[in-house]
Amino acid sequence: MAMAMAIEVSIWRGRANGRYQTFTVPLDQSQTVLDVVTWVQRKLDPTLAYRFACRVGMCGSCAMTVNGRPRWTCRTHISKVVEAGRVEIGPLANMPIIKDLVCDMAEFFAKWQRAKGAFAPGKSRHDPIERISPAAAERVAADAAIECINCAVCYAACDTVRWNENYLGPAALNRAWTLVNDVRDAGQRERLAALAADGGCHACHSHHSCQEHCPKALSPVRSIAGLKRRSLEAYVRGEL
Amino acid sequence: MKSHTTAHRKSGLWIAAMVHRLSGLALACFLPLHFLALGLAIDGEAQLDRFLAWTANPWVKLAETTLVFLLTVHLLGGVRVLLLETLPWREGHKQLATAAVAAAALAAIAFLVRAA
Repeated sequence: MAMAMAIEVSIWRGRANGRYQTFTVPLDQSQTVLDVVTWVQRKLDPTLAYRFACRVGMCGSCAMTVNGRPRWTCRTHISKVVEAGRVEIGPLANMPIIKDLVCDMAEFFAKWQRAKGAFAPGKSRHDPIERISPAAAERVAADAAIECINCAVCYAACDTVRWNENYLGPAALNRAWTLVNDVRDAGQRERLAALAADGGCHACHSHHSCQEHCPKALSPVRSIAGLKRRSLEAYVRGEL
Repeated sequence: MKSHTTAHRKSGLWIAAMVHRLSGLALACFLPLHFLALGLAIDGEAQLDRFLAWTANPWVKLAETTLVFLLTVHLLGGVRVLLLETLPWREGHKQLATAAVAAAALAAIAFLVRAA
């Protein structure tokens, strides 16, 4: 079916108590949702605030809520989401809105820190480089989770994040899982203790929304299930 | 923002989690009534017999059928979550959740047929 020549685009304006503002945007071939937002900002309203950087699905900065679903907008064609000639674009949920389509991701990244999502080195430059076989079970487990682009789509889609402000969220826990499987890391005990604490992996209700929405087709719920098993094993061994 | 909290709730596994939680709450509400009925046996045989005769009412049978469904779906949903959290990861949780609902429905229908 041929698409209409123009669509009605409702874009969130202001902060939490803002409202949707509707614009008419001409359609173009291979136009993405990000292209539509950019067109509005450049042609109709230069005060519209939004984030983007790479435009090729690598940086994770352009995620927005499109027709009620969190998506990476640079890799989402408008033809895929337009319904009856209309589309609604808002900021990601579960984070405070700074302005229009820009939300404050400070807490999202603070939770990465709380989940001890940074590598803890245990050797110096004088030690030989450790060889990790690509076929090792730990490496395979880490590989399955490592392509996260920090877009926060999973965080916005997660009802546990919405209901429990202490919950670290799927992205931070997924990142921690990659480090739990890093045999070079020297901070495993502290990390597992942080992950098993209140708001950690055991707070996940396994709704699978993170897996359903991840634009990189990762499965944070699988990583979180792995963390639950690891922390249970550590508890049984008396290490937690 | 009306649409910011809706789309992810159409997923089958999100609905499965809600069925598990709500069936658990419903069973928790039922438990005091269950103990109340059991307590009638202590008060005397006649009182318990009167209560058991009352449960022959078709509406009570229908309520019991609902209870059988809730109990089975909650039990199987709990087993699914335990499998997910304790065993190595396997795909196919949507199928498992669907099978749990189907098995619970079959158990409830079997109860209704026997009770009828």
